[in-house]
Amino acid sequence: MSGLIENNGLLLGWLLVIGQILLFTIVLLLSLAFLLLMDRKVWAGVMMRKGPNVVGPFGLFQSFADFGKFLLKEIIIPAGANKTVFLLAPILSLTLAFGAWAAIPVAPGWVVADLNVGILYLFAVSSLGVYGIIMGGWASNSKYPFLGSLRSAAQMVSYEVSIGLIIVTVILLAGSMNLSDIVNNQQGGFWTWHLFSFNHILMFPIMVVMFVMFYISALAETNRPPFDLPEAESELVAGYQVEYSSTPYLLFMIGEYLNIVLMCAMMAILFLGGWHGPVALGSDFVGLFPAWIVNLGHLAWFMAKVVFIFFLFALTKAVVPRYRYDQLMRLGWKIFLPTALVCVVLVGGYVVYAGVQS
Amino acid sequence: MNVIQTLRGIFLTDFLSAFVLGIKEMFRRKATVNYPFEKNPISPRFRGEHALRRYPNGEERCIACKLCEAICPAQAITIEAEPRDDGSRRTTRYDIDMVKCIYCGFCQEACPVDAIVEGPNFEFATETREELYYDKERLLSNGDRWERLIAKNLEQDAPYR
Repeated sequence: MSGLIENNGLLLGWLLVIGQILLFTIVLLLSLAFLLLMDRKVWAGVMMRKGPNVVGPFGLFQSFADFGKFLLKEIIIPAGANKTVFLLAPILSLTLAFGAWAAIPVAPGWVVADLNVGILYLFAVSSLGVYGIIMGGWASNSKYPFLGSLRSAAQMVSYEVSIGLIIVTVILLAGSMNLSDIVNNQQGGFWTWHLFSFNHILMFPIMVVMFVMFYISALAETNRPPFDLPEAESELVAGYQVEYSSTPYLLFMIGEYLNIVLMCAMMAILFLGGWHGPVALGSDFVGLFPAWIVNLGHLAWFMAKVVFIFFLFALTKAVVPRYRYDQLMRLGWKIFLPTALVCVVLVGGYVVYAGVQS
Repeated sequence: MNVIQTLRGIFLTDFLSAFVLGIKEMFRRKATVNYPFEKNPISPRFRGEHALRRYPNGEERCIACKLCEAICPAQAITIEAEPRDDGSRRTTRYDIDMVKCIYCGFCQEACPVDAIVEGPNFEFATETREELYYDKERLLSNGDRWERLIAKNLEQDAPYR
């Protein structure tokens, strides 16, 4: 971003940045519409249903129909609710979810803000997301939303700990907090991805464990089944979303799904080599094409990985029963936290004594 | 704690087998019926919307014996009757409150002349409750509308009665 301003002058630089943000947002929202459909289709498929198939071919436009419906419905604000906070909560939730995406590199150089502490920024902003939920639950002035938001807060705080430690292992291996550098550390083929890390063969079992733990923690962090206790419909109706309707509900929903896809993108970047394909193509071959076409190819790989992990998320939603709250907490604090701590020590030791980093 | 169970927990074997099962299910034949466009077959005995039938010459079958009114467990049927000008006994009022009706089919069982029947139609949702208070005119028009299907269903079901 600062590079753009230096190269093009202040005004043009800002315009370019705003253009980038707009483009990124629109593409992200469009992809989200189809990911939502995919979520529902996978869920339906496991239940031997067809899923939405009326709006457009194969129901492809279902999300847009839902969008229109949400916009046209009446916004209901409960009589006892704190109106300002009640309406601020979904906006906050959505803004933070979008904000986190600024640091995600989708292809070499294609990133809105190439922060050198990108992963810390991501971690900070996605942690702030819990505020939207707490505010929404509290401002509703109702019991179910309040309980739901309390559960959500406790759950997200617990799992952030283990997610943070898992990220530390990746940072140790990559030697950088810049997401682009982390991705580039994995170039060369699927055997150098952090998930497999065959170039540091001792790390292979550890990183696989880290990947699985990150996946499970991401489920808990984004309130996805089997950890969807904040909105457990059999206990809390819809948790913190009970009193929401129409557009505010839509904003919460988009924010929630943006966070889910963000977690998928983080897994793709941290463990699955981001935009790098499973086999590195020779520079002679790649050099035949202009840079932007090569970048589109990288973008396609990145998206394919995100969609694959999202598919796993959707499948998990379909096949796994909901955890009990004490089981959730036991898993987070008694299993994930110690395991992640031990792994951080092991990876740290390996990095120091094997002299991986410069 | 059971060692094998712990190992299975660590290696997530249950989750993996559930994933495999889920993916298998995705490729099985779907159970979905695209309802407004395709419908499940219904039995000839199906008890749907009521209808009052006529004889082929256009004379209404109902002779106002009030057996259906008497047997109706939900007391949804109201009948008033008077002799007609030609001396035959006919209903002047035949109301069914479709909101009360429990679709048990006792009325069509009780009817000695097969006048009141429950037809194959189940798509008669309305926007107001009042539209579900059926009068004689509505029931007779239902009978005219569904006569062919009703007659066929009665014929098919006759050997089992």
